[in-house]
Amino acid sequence: MDAIIIETLIKIVVVVLIFSALGGFGTYFERKILAFLQRRWGPNIVGPFGLLQIIADGIKLFTKEDIIPINAERGIFIFSTLIIAVAAFTAFVAIPIYPQFTVFGYTVRPIVIDVNVGLLFVMGVMAVGMYSPLLAGMSSGNKWSLLGAARAVVALLSFEVITGLSILAPLMLVGSLSLIDINAYQMGGIDNWMVWQQPIAFVLFLIAGFAETNRKPFDLSEQDAEIIGGYHTEYSGMKYGLMMIGEYANMFVVAFLVSIIFLGGYGEAGSIVNGEAVGAWGGIWLILKVAFFFILFVWVRAAWPHIRPDQLMWLAWKVLMPLAVVNIVITGIVMMA
Amino acid sequence: MAEALLLHAHKIDHTTRATFAPQHLIEVLTYLKKTLHFDQLLDVTAIDEKPMKMVYILRSHDFIDSYILTTSLDETHTIDSATSLFESAHWLERETYDQYGVHFVGHPNLTRILNHEGFVGHPLRKDYPIAQGQMCHETLDLLPQLQARLESKGILTRQSDGTYSSGSRDIMYLNLGPSHPASHGTIRTFVALEGETIVGAVNEIGYLHRGFEKSCENHTYNQIIPYTDRLNYCSSLANNVAFAKTIEEMLGVTLPDRGIFIRVMLIELSRIIDHLVCLGANLVDLGALTNYWYLFNPRETAYDFLTKLTGARLTNSYMRVGGMAHDLFVGWEEEMKRVLADVEQGMGDTLKLIEHNRIFHDRTQNVGILTPQRVRDFAISGPNARASGVPYDMRKTAPYYYYESFDFDTVLGSVGDVYDRMMVRFEEIRQSIRIIRQIMARIPSGAVSIDDHRIVLPPKPSVYDSIEGTINHFKLIIDGVRVSAQSHYSAIEAVNGELGFFVVSNGSGTPAKVKVKAPSFTAMSAYASMIEGGQIADAIATLGSINIIAGEMDR
Repeated sequence: MDAIIIETLIKIVVVVLIFSALGGFGTYFERKILAFLQRRWGPNIVGPFGLLQIIADGIKLFTKEDIIPINAERGIFIFSTLIIAVAAFTAFVAIPIYPQFTVFGYTVRPIVIDVNVGLLFVMGVMAVGMYSPLLAGMSSGNKWSLLGAARAVVALLSFEVITGLSILAPLMLVGSLSLIDINAYQMGGIDNWMVWQQPIAFVLFLIAGFAETNRKPFDLSEQDAEIIGGYHTEYSGMKYGLMMIGEYANMFVVAFLVSIIFLGGYGEAGSIVNGEAVGAWGGIWLILKVAFFFILFVWVRAAWPHIRPDQLMWLAWKVLMPLAVVNIVITGIVMMA
Repeated sequence: MAEALLLHAHKIDHTTRATFAPQHLIEVLTYLKKTLHFDQLLDVTAIDEKPMKMVYILRSHDFIDSYILTTSLDETHTIDSATSLFESAHWLERETYDQYGVHFVGHPNLTRILNHEGFVGHPLRKDYPIAQGQMCHETLDLLPQLQARLESKGILTRQSDGTYSSGSRDIMYLNLGPSHPASHGTIRTFVALEGETIVGAVNEIGYLHRGFEKSCENHTYNQIIPYTDRLNYCSSLANNVAFAKTIEEMLGVTLPDRGIFIRVMLIELSRIIDHLVCLGANLVDLGALTNYWYLFNPRETAYDFLTKLTGARLTNSYMRVGGMAHDLFVGWEEEMKRVLADVEQGMGDTLKLIEHNRIFHDRTQNVGILTPQRVRDFAISGPNARASGVPYDMRKTAPYYYYESFDFDTVLGSVGDVYDRMMVRFEEIRQSIRIIRQIMARIPSGAVSIDDHRIVLPPKPSVYDSIEGTINHFKLIIDGVRVSAQSHYSAIEAVNGELGFFVVSNGSGTPAKVKVKAPSFTAMSAYASMIEGGQIADAIATLGSINIIAGEMDR
């Protein structure tokens, strides 16, 4: 019993450390890729290839004057920064971030808890993150923040529906909410990937993922040209930093989910066939898939303008939601037949 | 009947000048608008003489003829307001009131516009000392203005105790600017929001007012040229030309052909640069960030060219009255070719990203529409007018500088929305490239400035070696170019539209008055009505698309 608690604690620390670091490196990679697409250099002064830029940014965020506006609701203003980061990290609890492997004869399962409602848990916890922009915007005492909060909540609520409905069809096929089971369902090569059976669900889930992580073209809540910084207009220093880390962690959650649910995850890696571990490269493949979706996020940001709130609503309720429902019905008919 | 009220009417080329008695203003303007079809009021200003004079500049429906009306006011400095006839009179009369203290009877909102509300006196009056500064720091409360506007739209109702009620509607007031990422300078728009929909808007401008016109009255003609750089600072050379051309027309001199060709080439290059800035910034406001670099990188090449030519990057004071500072540098053709190639490349890349992008179409089409009628009402010119399908291009309607001999098209839009304004600018860049290529093929050799050393500085060897050269140099530097007493209005098709200078000279080397007819000023006066009914996001896209340059608008 003690061993499990210690193992779980270590896993938690590792997950938090890895994804905080990824949040930081995420900004570096995003800036580098964006710069490449925009024909400029990006960070290239601090350290080799500008790699130490994240440390410089960290120092800046930590040492910056931390301003809380007089009109802000102090308690909620501070508390709301935590929600998004905590929610994003908690979501990783039920995500297998790497296939199981053996070190010194000890089998490690790189998932903190394999809950049998894994996916539901992840989605639920991610949805809790929505309170962060809502509370931050309402407590800032700034009309721009308020507008940003309204935009964020409306967008997140609508796309929560799309996310839920779009993965319902794959779940019907798998018959389990555990991400490990979903991964196991797709074993046996590219042909078995969910994306071929559920292409519509894949596209819908990906679109909803862009909206839920506040990325272009759905980055309505923080459009600086329109509503200054949106809900984080008044945040500075590490409070702002926490919100950013939360957003980047969310991007990774979505990238992991898409990779595992639709693109075969880590495949057969970690499973034991005839006493031998197979698919040793599966973990690397998973990381590459996640990296691909991360780059896709950045690529889209470089390529497209963003849409207007009312157009977002139109897209969610009049186009995507009916599509998702139709997809479920068709899947059901095919399964019954 | 009304025709008889116009006194001393005489027509030279396409400009008619006349005077009238101030009490007949409305009859005269109605006659000009309704009977003679002068349906655009370009500018209203005053001349501080004894007695105070009013000047009205009108443009005909076909954009060919101008009408300059002058009248003398009595000691009360009062005249009727033309706001019932021309929308553009709203802001133009406010400016005249602000700068000269002329009272317009019947103006719905006769308040200051360029100077601060707390400013005492009227700065363009001759008795106002140029060095007398005033500290004004109270924020202008725009709420009464906005509430009055909302009341006129039936959104608010005034209650018996004087306060306003919005009934069951939930109205939030919000300041878009003055310092807002998308205000492109410092422009304040005070809006009433219902959700994210703008139900009412009013503007406050003047944050960049530097007293350009007052400064002009205290400098020689050539000293003014660097000031014109700071009007539309995205296309300084076009302002240079507009001013120098006005003074040259007053002097009755014409440039040698090479000088004219260089000027046209530089105007068109400025047009390219300015459009690149406008489009790049507008696309950034829409969230299409990458295009900023695609469009600004070629702009940098163009600025390298201008730096080499003029020594300055942004504010290149290259023109002089009677010519230019010097000829083009050796090897300019190669560099110009590279500039044009870079521009075509950057523009092509941007169009590839947005031309068939559904999001871009949805964000820009049918947003911020300006109807042809409103274009004329507000006397809007340039790409903003052409995007609405109004064929107002001075290079075609009133050609100057051999524009009639160049092969290029007037680019017209059909709807007058943000999309049209952006696409018109893209296409105008192409047309400007065509003109520059024709110039490079046709440019003659010879002098770039006129050969009259009462106007243009003599060459340095002659200054050092001859008495005459030294005297010419001395007189030009100390006294400036002497322009005989007259008043003159001249304009060119600058980047944002008709950029005109109304100059009054008194025989000395310093103008008695300079008034800029700035295209951004009239465009901005239409802005509030363009964004009402749209959303915040639309307002931002609209502001970017009409290309307001605060330096030119606020002067």
